[in-house]
Amino acid sequence: MNRMRWTLLVSQLRTQKSALIALIILGIYVLAALAAPLAPHDPNTIHLDERLLPPSGQHWFGTDDNGRDYFARALYGARVSLSVGILAMLVSVTIGTIIGAISGYFGGKLDTFLMRSIDIGMSLPSFFLMLILNAYLKPGVVTIVLIIGLLSWMSISRIVRAETISVKEREYVLYARVSGQSTFRIIFRHIIPSIVPTIVVAATLNIAGVIMMESSLSFLGLGISPPDASWGSMLNNAKGYIGENPTLALFPGLLILTTVLAFNYLGDVFRAAFEPKVNRR
Amino acid sequence: MKKYLLRRLLQLIPMLLFISIVSFALIRLAPGDPVMSFVTPNMSPDDIERIRASMGLDQPLYLQYAYWLQNVLTGNLGYSLINHRPVLDLIVERIPATLGLMGCSLVLSLIIGITLGLVAALNKNKPIDRVLSFLSYIGISLPGLWFAMILIYVFSIQLHWLPSLGMRTIGVNSVWDVILHGVMPCLVLSITSIAVFMRYIRSSTISQLEEDYVNIQYAYGSTSTVILFRHVLRNVLLPVITILGLSLPEIITGAFIVESIFSWPGMGSLGINAVFSLDYPMIMGITMMSSFLLIFGNLLADMMYGVVDPRIKSMR
Repeated sequence: MNRMRWTLLVSQLRTQKSALIALIILGIYVLAALAAPLAPHDPNTIHLDERLLPPSGQHWFGTDDNGRDYFARALYGARVSLSVGILAMLVSVTIGTIIGAISGYFGGKLDTFLMRSIDIGMSLPSFFLMLILNAYLKPGVVTIVLIIGLLSWMSISRIVRAETISVKEREYVLYARVSGQSTFRIIFRHIIPSIVPTIVVAATLNIAGVIMMESSLSFLGLGISPPDASWGSMLNNAKGYIGENPTLALFPGLLILTTVLAFNYLGDVFRAAFEPKVNRR
Repeated sequence: MKKYLLRRLLQLIPMLLFISIVSFALIRLAPGDPVMSFVTPNMSPDDIERIRASMGLDQPLYLQYAYWLQNVLTGNLGYSLINHRPVLDLIVERIPATLGLMGCSLVLSLIIGITLGLVAALNKNKPIDRVLSFLSYIGISLPGLWFAMILIYVFSIQLHWLPSLGMRTIGVNSVWDVILHGVMPCLVLSITSIAVFMRYIRSSTISQLEEDYVNIQYAYGSTSTVILFRHVLRNVLLPVITILGLSLPEIITGAFIVESIFSWPGMGSLGINAVFSLDYPMIMGITMMSSFLLIFGNLLADMMYGVVDPRIKSMR
């Protein structure tokens, strides 16, 4: 069953060129982020005589208001934005999967309790809470990863719960139960592996959401703090110079847009591959 | 229906209690001693203790919560630390601007989203559908704050067509002026929902058109226009109300960002400013208010769905 789904995915990627393009774009960004130290300029060295230069052969993306090379800053920004995206996704997918699987597997009162709590949690204005917590706590990558991760797992656990309920009645799960395996083992060895495709879809779409949230928080000045930069905090900085040098806003914005777009698109391609019914449309 | 309404209203109680606990926790979690904002240099330690006692801060935590809840229930959300006015008054002043912005954005997203979704569905897999589908991906992935900056650059800085800040020009008091100020914030707030609605309308129209009843209508000799507007559209549009409820958190989040970029004098910018100045009573008030908005919006969406779709009513 699972292998069939993965084969479908590969063939889907092969036939749909746009999905391949999305993968290539993300691949380039990840490589660029990893290779950031190879950039010809230092991202934090200030040259006050080279302020707000337009893009040129020497400074590919121009320079910012402190004369720092904007291309190098964008590369280091990619490190922050992408790693926040991936790490916060891991936090929320882990919590969401465990809670969803437990809730779906045990059912009954525990399920009702967990699902009602999630309903309540989802009625909180989570973005505003993120802002508040960021303002209270020491800003930094770890803080922001935890805050976003801990406040965005609810929808994932709902999806996982629904899948768990449909999987737990299958023969192999019944067999495992009859043969006396522990509940822990059944959940982690039998149920979760069989819903991996669903989790992959949710995780891909989740990264897109996380990157967007991080950039909004940093844009408002409550995420990554200077001199470190993420794409969002670069936008925040560019806000003040939009009349003088609009390219300062252009580059980080385009990077956020294309990254989020690629993740959203891939998420849909994965979903289409894993749910052949949607595929046909 | 009445029973259902009652049950839903009863379910609100634990939700609101939980939200009140979170809001209360926000003050207690806040770094620093709340008394310190009232302390002046020439106060003795005894004075400080007296203030602490007068604020009830020497009581155990659960009692403090009870007092606070009692105040909240009587409409007293405390006083802003920044300008010492009642939090509730400040929020109520700002609500019309926020609701206006949200309302305008909902109407705009519904009109554009439904139209584009239908156009895409009726031209399924044709070039126009592909273009619209690509645009909808951009709409979903577009960082609102960046879109706002582009709009400001083009329409305010380059073309001088639209004002980029605030809701009114000082000294001008006309509706037209407010509309001019509102165009860009509303557009930025709508862009994601337009894309969401459009995608939903497209896929559900396509699946409805494959239903048996459509073929039967054709067999009876109906034209496709009649089928589309009299039968298909009904089934497609009803669930939009639910999507509307689901997109509320999105729109509330958007309002915080949009209002702060455009200095729109609504609840969102009030909240962001409160976060920056660590104005705890205000932060708490905004948290409660936006949760209320979210919960009641969802309740309203559910209710409306039950009202417009008789099938749901009988199911309950």
